[in-house]
Amino acid sequence: MADYMTALFFKYLNIKPHKPNWEDRDRFVLSNGHASALQYALMAGRGYFPRAELLTFRATNSRLLGHPSSVMLPGIEISTGSLGQGLSVAQGMAMGCKLAGKNELTVYCSCGDGELQEGSIWEAVMSASHYKLDNLILMVDANNAQIDGYVEDVMRLEPLVDKFKSFGWQTIEADGHHMQSICESFELAQIRTGKPTVLLFKTTMMKGCPTYENIPGWHGRPPTPEECSGMLKELGFDETYEEARKTLAEDC
Amino acid sequence: MSINYRNILPSTQWKNELTRHAYGETLVELGSTNERIIVMDADLAESTLTRYFRSAHPDRFIEMGIAEQNMIATAAGLSKTGFIPFLSSYAIFLTGRAWDQCRNTVDYARCNVKIAAAHGGISVGKDGPSHQSMEDLSNMLSLVNMTVVVPADQIETRKVTAWAAEYEGPVYYRLGREKVPTITTDESPFIHGKALEVVDGSDGTIIACGIMLSQAILAAELLAVDGIYPRVLNMATLKPIDVEAIHSAADETGAIVTAEEHSIYGGLGSIVARIVASSHWRVPVIPVSIENRYLTSGPPEDLLEIAGLTYIDIATALLKSLAMARGEFEVGGVRILPEMEKGDIRELKFGG
Ligand SMILES: Cc1ncc(C[n+]2csc(CCOP(=O)(O)OP(=O)(O)O)c2C)c(N)n1
Ligand SMILES: [Mg+2]
Repeated sequence: MADYMTALFFKYLNIKPHKPNWEDRDRFVLSNGHASALQYALMAGRGYFPRAELLTFRATNSRLLGHPSSVMLPGIEISTGSLGQGLSVAQGMAMGCKLAGKNELTVYCSCGDGELQEGSIWEAVMSASHYKLDNLILMVDANNAQIDGYVEDVMRLEPLVDKFKSFGWQTIEADGHHMQSICESFELAQIRTGKPTVLLFKTTMMKGCPTYENIPGWHGRPPTPEECSGMLKELGFDETYEEARKTLAEDC
Repeated sequence: MSINYRNILPSTQWKNELTRHAYGETLVELGSTNERIIVMDADLAESTLTRYFRSAHPDRFIEMGIAEQNMIATAAGLSKTGFIPFLSSYAIFLTGRAWDQCRNTVDYARCNVKIAAAHGGISVGKDGPSHQSMEDLSNMLSLVNMTVVVPADQIETRKVTAWAAEYEGPVYYRLGREKVPTITTDESPFIHGKALEVVDGSDGTIIACGIMLSQAILAAELLAVDGIYPRVLNMATLKPIDVEAIHSAADETGAIVTAEEHSIYGGLGSIVARIVASSHWRVPVIPVSIENRYLTSGPPEDLLEIAGLTYIDIATALLKSLAMARGEFEVGGVRILPEMEKGDIRELKFGG
């Protein structure tokens, strides 16, 4: 998920971090709110707030709550955490942009694949197509993982392409770790075709850390400092966890 | 004089344990003797610990994926074919997102469905307000046929689970995320609809449920140092409530404090205040509940403190209620003069 979200935040999302409420910004909704740490890191990277603040994640009274809060943190478009609601909110934003005559603004929504099991997602998939919301782009993190195991074992979603197509969506599949494919699919999705677009990004949870890759058990367990250092090493960084924290702390 | 504990252990003997672990284990045991028991989860078996049942009785475990509404109405259907479904997810999603399924199907049709909700209350902690639940009890208490229970600890959770399997009708009960003190013992009775007196006393009564029972007992221990001995009731069943125990508390102790890990709107405090107001209007009732606010992410202890749900808050409230019962407002060395009564006395910080 980090790879295509990085492309989104640094290449496609038209925002002004120092003017988070700029009227003509693109909108982004993190419907899978448990991926908050990623959004906070990207926001800090874009300059919404100093990177040092990342160290307050989940701490008492921090603005960086376990799940993002639009009341606490400017730049978050809507509070999330209860899965399956963000796509409807994004749809509302897409409708709003059109009604305001701003069809050039794009609304992006991120969902997990397990999240697609919520019925309300399919209510939104139906209505977004009915209302021809071609300014709405849904990104699905198709990592085949959720809390109780692999998605295909917990509650099968496939064939997902057929499902979205039959609901009237432009459907694009891409390798969610391959930067060129990611960029090509974002560019295709920008084109206004009269249909909403879903980008099905095939990903591997913990990609780049072979010791931890593709194990659903890692969903809700925070790694220990030693495990973090191991992960950083596998990802090719020279810093340990403690050193990385120090570097962050100095960025204020 | 010293504290008179009944049916429970004093705080020096408490050990912290998980209520959801007790829930998972009890389901496995019940499932071995009762073939009609079915367990369902919505992608949280790893967290609610229904995964124990999934391993022990895989043919009677139904994984529903992340689809709470579908799960609840499916459970209703299963109950109509003679099965006894226990289902779990987090309290806020079961009683929030799926409230209409709870109301219009499970409750209205009086289905024999057991809803065991994990991550009740705000002590869920760092996940933040989206996963904290301070509304689940009022959501469920407003349902006509629903029995609502808040077990205090892991032992009581076992008893409630076993009782729910035998009882015919819809039941909602709360489990927590964190390890909480085990206060009750194997011998402490759980009687559906009955309060359990856990500390004997007559200087007011503290009525508590769930994890707030431990804070209530700590408050009683703190007050005993000053020679004040409140009664403490474990009100595990919120609906049907033990009206008689509330009347006795009002008659015999003259002042009441309630303590719950829930919003001030519609939980234990509201119920007790309503009952006392319509029979003993001179008896003060002070609720220790969460004021009208969302909390934050943070460790559970911090959140309880921010929300004003500690034993100190309870002890302070008890002193205040006793003072009110005496017709004065003198608490913790701060004397609130009669002319201040009209002001917002909630604003004043009493005691420690
Ligand atoms: C309505 C709702 N039900 C349950 C949860 C608990 N929950 C948080 S993350 C998660 C699994 C999500 O799976 P997926 O969407 O595939 O995301 P991934 O695990 O791949 O990040 C669940 C069940 C929730 N946040 N909201
Ligand atoms: Mg997933």
